[in-house]
Amino acid sequence: MTTDAPRSPVAHALLYVLLASVALTFVMPLVWMIATSVKPESQAASQRITLLPDPASSLPGVAQENYARVWNDRAVEFPLYLRNTLIVAVLSVVGMTFSSAAVAYGLSRVRWRGRGAVMALVLATMMIPFPVIMAPLYVVFRGIDQTMESVGLLPRFESLRMIGSLKPLWVPAWFGGAFNIFLLRQFYMGLPRELDEAARIDGCSHWRIFWTIILPLSRPALAVVALFHFIYVWNDFVGPLIFLTDRDQFTLALGLQLYQGQAGNTPWNLLMAASTLVVAPVLLLFMVTQRTLVGGIASAGLKD
Amino acid sequence: MTAPRARAARRDRRAILTGLAWTSPWLFGASLFMFLPMALSLWYSFTDYPLIEEPIWTGTSNYARMPDDPTFRRVVWNTAVYSAISIPACTVLSLVLAALLSMRIRLARFFQACIFVPTLVPLVASAMVWMWLFNGEFGLINRLLALVGVRGPTWLVDQQWVLPSLVVMSLWSVGQSVVIYIAAIHEVPRQLYEAAVLDGMSPLRRFFHVTLPMISPAILFNVIVMLINTVQIFAVPYVMFKRPDGQNPAGHFYTMYLYENAFVYGQMGYACAMAWLQLLVILALTAVMFIGGRRLVYYRGG
Repeated sequence: MTTDAPRSPVAHALLYVLLASVALTFVMPLVWMIATSVKPESQAASQRITLLPDPASSLPGVAQENYARVWNDRAVEFPLYLRNTLIVAVLSVVGMTFSSAAVAYGLSRVRWRGRGAVMALVLATMMIPFPVIMAPLYVVFRGIDQTMESVGLLPRFESLRMIGSLKPLWVPAWFGGAFNIFLLRQFYMGLPRELDEAARIDGCSHWRIFWTIILPLSRPALAVVALFHFIYVWNDFVGPLIFLTDRDQFTLALGLQLYQGQAGNTPWNLLMAASTLVVAPVLLLFMVTQRTLVGGIASAGLKD
Repeated sequence: MTAPRARAARRDRRAILTGLAWTSPWLFGASLFMFLPMALSLWYSFTDYPLIEEPIWTGTSNYARMPDDPTFRRVVWNTAVYSAISIPACTVLSLVLAALLSMRIRLARFFQACIFVPTLVPLVASAMVWMWLFNGEFGLINRLLALVGVRGPTWLVDQQWVLPSLVVMSLWSVGQSVVIYIAAIHEVPRQLYEAAVLDGMSPLRRFFHVTLPMISPAILFNVIVMLINTVQIFAVPYVMFKRPDGQNPAGHFYTMYLYENAFVYGQMGYACAMAWLQLLVILALTAVMFIGGRRLVYYRGG
């Protein structure tokens, strides 16, 4: 339940002042990032605190110049990284959502001996930190390449090669993710059994039930999974760091870090413009989907 | 008698096959991308493996080497101190914020959104933004301090201030815990508060004696999630402190050193030994919390 707000007007006002200043503190870093990104270099590095550039220089002009310089930079190719990030994001979000839904179906709507054990295994893997597998995972992908080479597949289909491509970043998503399977299974457990039992008596296959009944009914849950996974992919840094070697395959998170490598000589206003470009899509997505996203996180911590 | 039982057994087998078929994507994927790497990692941890040559069995030498490795000792210390400060600080802050935001006030949703937004920012971008805020000369934090006449330190350069800076940054991303706590507080039955009010409890005592015990399962959940994440801290210090002139020793953490061993120094065996130690420590700490939590956590109807 919600608790009552303080009755006395003074306490009430103090509460608002407190909450407003906390909220402002949390948003300040991002406001400052955007503010710096639209200033000329000389004003970014000045002791005065100003949100907007001096009136002497035109705001749209400076902003346009900063962002154009970041976008057209030869050393850090933003448009290319954006393209790579979108490829990885689309392929892995589609794969993750679909395969997690199928596995969750098998763990909730199909009755079989052993499903409890598989579910326990799914939950157990959620505990495993990525560092434990990150180094040998590289060896596994290299091993896949070597195996395919030895059976003669690779030379003929060079596009199947894993190492040095974006595939290690999205192929695993097509096999489902533990957290998403858990989330969807919880949702499916809540759907009335009569729905698919009636369909089964009519002779529907599991596949048809899944495709025509369960998937359409679980649109909100699928949206949460897709949204979570998109944000995860957009933000992922360690995966690209390990698997991507060529600069022309970098994702945005990795490309931004490249920018950081030259922080000694790159002006802060440009660094902040680059950061804004990476952050903006997630912020826009949040504004559109706030309810779904926050609701999904809230329920993840409550369900058990 | 045997015919129906045989039929039942056949049906049972068919059901198992159907179930396995539906879960096969995950079973196959987890085997290939999780269990196989884990097994390899365990094996490599007992070998000398420079990645370009075959691994050579060296027994427990990777593990034996750890206590004598000064860098290892340093990263363990940094990671432990960081976690020991950051986890309690984040927990207290998120509980206070959740308590304030679950009151029936206007704009609560807006304030909550403001607190949640930083958790969506890619870690590399957060690292960049905070490097700018912490900048000794022109950073916003020191400019604000200068307004009140305080000369701020060079946060990310001064060895003493690296850890406090990172803790401040971790406070910035408490949004997820806050959301989970607010949801948990909303689930607390209304009668409990009404009874507490009748008993003449002050709001503060109601928080400690009603709210906290009732949401303790959520606290346990959040602390464990935080622990698993904090112990693995990587991207932010990696971006901030990986400079051409070498590593800042105060900003060097366990997973960074693990990564360097695997992919920079070509010591995959040592890296895997570190990874397994990390896993065991996380499992042990989680087990301790569950057992300790059994006494402290209140489960309704449980």
